[in-house]
Amino acid sequence: MSRALETEVDAAGDCPADETRARKVLVIACGALAREALALGLNWIDVACLPASLHNRPERIPEAMRASIRAHRAAYDEILCLYGDCGTGGELDRVLKEEGVARIAGAHCYAFYAGEDEFAALAEEEPGTFYLTDFLARHFDALVVKGLGLDRFPHLRDSYFSGYRRVVHLAQFDDPDTTAKARAAATRLGLPYQRRFTGLGGIAAFLDPAKRDRANKAAAAWPT
Amino acid sequence: MANDDLDLRTLSDDDLVAQMHDDLYDGLKEEVEEGVRILLERGWVPYDVLTKSLVEGMRIVGIDFRDGILFVPEVLMSANAMKAGMAILRPLLAATGAPRMGRMVIGTVKGDIHDIGKNLVSMMMEGAGFEVVDLGVNNGVEKYLEAIERHQPDIVGMSALLTTTMPYMKVVIDVMKEKGIRNDHIVLVGGAPLNDAFAEAIGADAYCRDAAAAVETARTLLARRQGTAQARVNA
Repeated sequence: MSRALETEVDAAGDCPADETRARKVLVIACGALAREALALGLNWIDVACLPASLHNRPERIPEAMRASIRAHRAAYDEILCLYGDCGTGGELDRVLKEEGVARIAGAHCYAFYAGEDEFAALAEEEPGTFYLTDFLARHFDALVVKGLGLDRFPHLRDSYFSGYRRVVHLAQFDDPDTTAKARAAATRLGLPYQRRFTGLGGIAAFLDPAKRDRANKAAAAWPT
Repeated sequence: MANDDLDLRTLSDDDLVAQMHDDLYDGLKEEVEEGVRILLERGWVPYDVLTKSLVEGMRIVGIDFRDGILFVPEVLMSANAMKAGMAILRPLLAATGAPRMGRMVIGTVKGDIHDIGKNLVSMMMEGAGFEVVDLGVNNGVEKYLEAIERHQPDIVGMSALLTTTMPYMKVVIDVMKEKGIRNDHIVLVGGAPLNDAFAEAIGADAYCRDAAAAVETARTLLARRQGTAQARVNA
């Protein structure tokens, strides 16, 4: 299976201070975060995405990221990585360190949407929590139902989800249609539904030059 | 007869076993169950049915999973078919004194409820002749210690799917070290976000990338350990 690696889009919105505008900044993001990054309206950044489908083969994420960084480096003053560790077992952070690129802190997008402390509390409260973001709710059929083969083998649902006790929808937008899709997803999994509004604060804080910690933070899970 | 097109009873032993490999590959539970029963009726010892039909069939499935030909849903279907065959064989294996390779305690670590990989490892280890004590999911260190004390396993296996829960494996290993029992057991770890470097960093004996690798690693390390013990006796 081979397909174009990247889709590049330009952000639109207000400009920050002139000195920031003068710098060309690229955010290389997971495809599952593109809409959210653009929604911030930061028109001094460009956004390039790796396909969200890479989550099915996380071992391919680090080198795909490296290729994208190298392809864009000459055209930008700074490159940022909008990805969690996403199951790469620290490999993504190793690549980013080699390439000198900062990543948003957090093991996955649930953590940087909810906030790391809040996410840890949710996981502690109920380890059997299946998390949905708006992206996952919108693409539940393609990524979860078809991705796990439940369209072909519906009886496998319990093999996958018997350990789960609830669905928590970490909502980025107040959108009734997305909420309805998330609720339907929970029903399909046979699990109770909870919704927690997170907004885009975690991403905004990372992309805002005034707030951002530029250190290339290693995933907290990785032993050093 | 489970298969409308083919009467399994008309096949020779070799053809039946080959057909069972195909049926296992295709996740055809009823056909696999029927094949197991036919081989038993023909006088096969349960251990041979297990190893030559089910384990070998799952080995082929494992290779194609590793090579990206099969994916998780297909492997789960195959595993469910093997599980059905194992359910027929398990009491017979116990009664006929099938060879035992060793004992393993295995569980998913605290905070993690994912068990697909762990269950596959349990099944393949059992198929390879290991006695498996499955602790289930969300196991704190005290549960591992209790099981180690009670079952005295050769191997302790830990599984995690989440980047956020895999560091707990180090907690368990560190407590084993504190209690002076770490070197009494082989510690194997596995799970999607893990790799060899992580296993080494936390002090495990090996990372196992899939169920087939877990079986091979367990066999190799156990043989090495037994060889070392024998060398000490001979010295």
